[in-house]
Amino acid sequence: MSTSDSSPPGGAAADGPVPDRRPLIVFAWVWVGAPLAYGLYELVRKATQLFTG
Amino acid sequence: MSPPVAPPGWSRWLVPPAALSVHLSIGQAYAWSVFKPSLESALDLSGTQSALPFQLGIVMLGLSAAFGGTLVERNGPRWAMTVALICFSSGFLISALGAATEQYWLIVFGYGFVGGIGLGIGYISPVSTLIKWFPDRPGMATGIAIMGFGGGALIASPWSAQMLESFGSDSSGIALAFLVHGLTYAVFMSLGVLLVRVPRPAKTAADGTPAPLEGVQVSANSAVRTPQFWLLWIVLCMNVTAGIGILEKAAPMITDFFADTSTPVSVSAAAGFVALLSAANMAGRIGWSSTSDLIGRKNIYRVYLGVGALMYALIAWVGDSSKPVFIIAALVILSFYGGGFATIPAYLKDLFGTYQVGAIHGRLLTAWSTAGVLGPLIVNWIADRQEEAGKSGASLYGLSLVIMIGLLVVGFVANELVRPVDARHHVPARKKEAADVHE
Repeated sequence: MSTSDSSPPGGAAADGPVPDRRPLIVFAWVWVGAPLAYGLYELVRKATQLFTG
Repeated sequence: MSPPVAPPGWSRWLVPPAALSVHLSIGQAYAWSVFKPSLESALDLSGTQSALPFQLGIVMLGLSAAFGGTLVERNGPRWAMTVALICFSSGFLISALGAATEQYWLIVFGYGFVGGIGLGIGYISPVSTLIKWFPDRPGMATGIAIMGFGGGALIASPWSAQMLESFGSDSSGIALAFLVHGLTYAVFMSLGVLLVRVPRPAKTAADGTPAPLEGVQVSANSAVRTPQFWLLWIVLCMNVTAGIGILEKAAPMITDFFADTSTPVSVSAAAGFVALLSAANMAGRIGWSSTSDLIGRKNIYRVYLGVGALMYALIAWVGDSSKPVFIIAALVILSFYGGGFATIPAYLKDLFGTYQVGAIHGRLLTAWSTAGVLGPLIVNWIADRQEEAGKSGASLYGLSLVIMIGLLVVGFVANELVRPVDARHHVPARKKEAADVHE
């Protein structure tokens, strides 16, 4: 993530060390990505029926 | 309840998953049909009766988005996501009670009324926040969230079907399935509640007070008095009507279209076609909406409405002589349908600013409710009349296709008439400052 991605638009400076948010970002995207991947997998399985069914 | 302001160093890439956790959940609404056969047999209901919870849910979605938008703007995204979580999950829990006691009115009330409020508030909850976090890419940001609404049905459809298979399709099995849905969605949506933050307001260098919002800013009450709002209402309504026209009757349509040819479409192939349309709908939400950040909102709607009309004309012209052309044109139309939904918040932001864009978006969603009635009505009514007149195959849909082209042309003209909002509707700077301080 670039600096601009992790700075709020307000641009307020941090007073102390800024915590590393990357593990939280990964966790959040996996949280929503895993069920979405399952849904897409099921969709692809069904969609192939158009060509095989 | 004051909106949760991001601490220093908070990443804006935490906001899209927060939005997705809500939209992927409430998108379950489009998978309601999975429960219909089980409900009909367990509670002795007709098809019309078993559709009631979904229909009431969509009506409540439109109403709560329209009337709750200002509250969402005032109280912030965390409040809105909490309300959405409570209502949507409670709707399932009430429905579980209804199924267990075989009181169908409780399912209608729970899923339709209470859950429907969760749908509306949840749908608009992240829009304004995402636009504020991604001022450089508002189309992409709202596209991600609104894609989630399409993705919700993809997840829920096989998941709910699997659950009914495991628990049984009697009333106690349905009750257990509703209970698991309610609890799971409560946990899943809680990520959004915990993660969502509004950006810190920019400070002026002199005294550290929040700077007023830049550019054109229009309040929700003023926006509905502008021609721009109603032109966009027509644009959205026409685009959605044209998409729903295909989506709602996709399976019988492709079967009827090629019934009189040497290569008829089987039931399972028609189901595959419906799945492909869902994929195009989802891809359009993120793909076209992101493209709008590059080519502009007015131009992308020219594509949705203009090329969409051409695609309908192509289907009407080619008829049943080419299956690939029919499939590709339908996929393009559905991608425009999804893109139209996902791009509209960014279009509203361009015209009315970020001041109350969530509330304005909520009010514009009444166009969706209208189109939800209009699209299926046109296609079904005309197909029935044509069938009565002894027609079959592709000719069942000829008139519907022409009407869809006409609607898209109306939408195209409305888009062409959109101009910047007159200065008399702009919010005075002092009022904007007050809003920032409140934030």
